[in-house]
Formats: sequence, C-alpha cells, structure tokens
Amino acid sequence: MHELSVALSIIDGVMEESERRGGLQVAAIHLKLGSLSGVSKDALLFSYDLACNDTPLEGSQLVIEEIPAVLYCPTCEAEHSPPSLQDFFCPASPDHIPQVLHGRELEISALELQG
Amino acid sequence: MTSTPRLIEVRRNVLKQNDILARALRQRFSDAGVFVVSVVSSPGAGKTAFLESLLTELHPQKRVAALVGDLATANDAERLARSGAPIRQITTGTICHLDAAMVERSLQGWALADLDILFIENVGNLVCPSSYDLGEDLRIVVMSVTEGEDKPLKYPTIFNTADVALISKIDLAPHVNFDWPSAQRNIHAVRPGMDILRLSSKTGEGMPDFMQYLESRRSQSRYLAAD
Repeated sequence: MHELSVALSIIDGVMEESERRGGLQVAAIHLKLGSLSGVSKDALLFSYDLACNDTPLEGSQLVIEEIPAVLYCPTCEAEHSPPSLQDFFCPASPDHIPQVLHGRELEISALELQG
Repeated sequence: MTSTPRLIEVRRNVLKQNDILARALRQRFSDAGVFVVSVVSSPGAGKTAFLESLLTELHPQKRVAALVGDLATANDAERLARSGAPIRQITTGTICHLDAAMVERSLQGWALADLDILFIENVGNLVCPSSYDLGEDLRIVVMSVTEGEDKPLKYPTIFNTADVALISKIDLAPHVNFDWPSAQRNIHAVRPGMDILRLSSKTGEGMPDFMQYLESRRSQSRYLAAD
C-alpha cells in the first residue's frame, strides 16, 4: 500500500505546476494510470482525499483514466493488446520478447480549473 | 479579451522527483564504475540469506557493499555485516518500499569509486517497490519454491519491472513438489524472455551460475558505459 505516498506526490506535482503558472484554482486533476503502474485505483482515490486535507487542493477531484497494457513485438514489428497481465506472450510465438509500449503510465495529464 | 482555459494540459510523471533522483544516481554509479544490483521479493523469500552467501563469496576479492531496507530493526544489516563487507541499514519506519532519496541519503560518506558492486536489498514487498526506480543497473526478483509456482501471476508488475528472476530455496523443491516447468511458464507469461536462475543459499547449489551471470551483466554494463 504505497498509494498514500503516490497521492502526496500528486499533490506536490500539482502545487508545483500551479505555482509555475502563478497559482491556479484547481478543481480536478486528470491522471493516467497504467495497468502496470503498480498503483491501485481504489486505494489511490481513497488516499487522495485524505492527503488533500488542509492543502489548497482540499475538495478537488481526482479523475483517473485507466490505461491498459499495449505491447510491441520487435520480431513481428507489430503491436498487440494482451488479454491480461498474466498473458504477455506474443500471439505469434512464446519465444518472442515483446516490449511494453503502454501500461506503465502514472502521469498527471491535465488540470481542470474552477470556472 | 481572452478567458482562462478550463483545462490545462500538464503531462507530468507523478514520480518525477524520484525519477530525476534515480537518473542522477545512475549517472553517479556509472561515473564511479560501480555496478548496482537491487533485490526485491516477498518477506521471507530469502533475500538476506542470498545476500549473505553472495557477500561472503565476493568479499574481499571484489569490493562489495550493501544497503538493506526494512521497516524496523537492524537485524539484517547485522547478519550481512558478518561477511566483512560494508553494510548500511535503511529503516523506513512505516514505508513499504525504498525510493531513490533514501538510497541517496544512505550513501553519504561512502566513496563509490572504491566499490565494484553495490547491492540494495529492498523492503520485503512484491507490490510497492515496482513503482520506484532506485538507479540500479540490475533488478533481481527472488521467489522461493515454498511460495508456489503461481507467484508471478499474482504479482505480474514486479516481475515485469525486474530484469531477472531468481528462484530460491531450491533444496526444498522436492519437499513441496515444486513444478519447474509451470514456474518457468508463469514467469515468461508475465515477462517473456526473462532470465531465470536457481539457487540454494543453504547448499550453495546454483551459486557458481549466479556469479557467472552477475559478472557477465557487469561486464556488459561496463562495456556500455565505456562506449
């Protein structure tokens, strides 16, 4: 359970981005969360609300976009979406070694301002 | 008159601070010529026993040292220090993983250029350490035969972020009817092509193969660094 650490890092990151732009009234934070990020969505949402207490982000919303894994097989020169995290084999051959293109994301993609 | 856009695009990695620090550490390690190996596993998989036998084998022919992470106690550091190699304990309190800042802090006062290999034993945990880059050259995930062949399927992310899987306590394999082909299939299902090594820290079986593997990875990285 390291979602609280991650939530604190989100807050630090947002505060830094906000200060760089002269201080923003942030209503919501859009986050890309990869299935291989090692972070649980529910635990993160829970931790986020706790971590925001007594910060300028108190009451803000965390909007999570889940990013599924996408693999690229250099042998086949093709991308594929694995059926699960438990089946990363290339559909053409189990001896191929696919690389992870998407799924590791843990990224603040956008800030939504108070209207 | 322009109005403030309601949505501002940011694109910022949440663990940016850790990644920046890890990159700086990796550069420092490379400049000092020290090869850095981190070890992750569930609690009780045999990380410390593995490092104990490894450090005893390597010290003092190779200049080795280790950082060892735990929530509490310096027990593991005391065990590893018996090898004679320099050891430092990182006590994380309630934190379930090491991060790059903890590694950087615990290196203070150490002359990295005087080391050939630095080992970092992470906190026993197969979930949280996967998100944090420590600046290591090689990440080993250890699974013991007593944990079951399906461990990789239960914790795919940590196997996916590691470079090599080490199956430990192989002297116990016959007692738990360990299914080797199934273990190998499960590791490759979450990380196709992953290198798999086997070891018993108790009997020493597999240690020569591991040492050879370690040396070949180290010389590869030195070759790349010199390039």
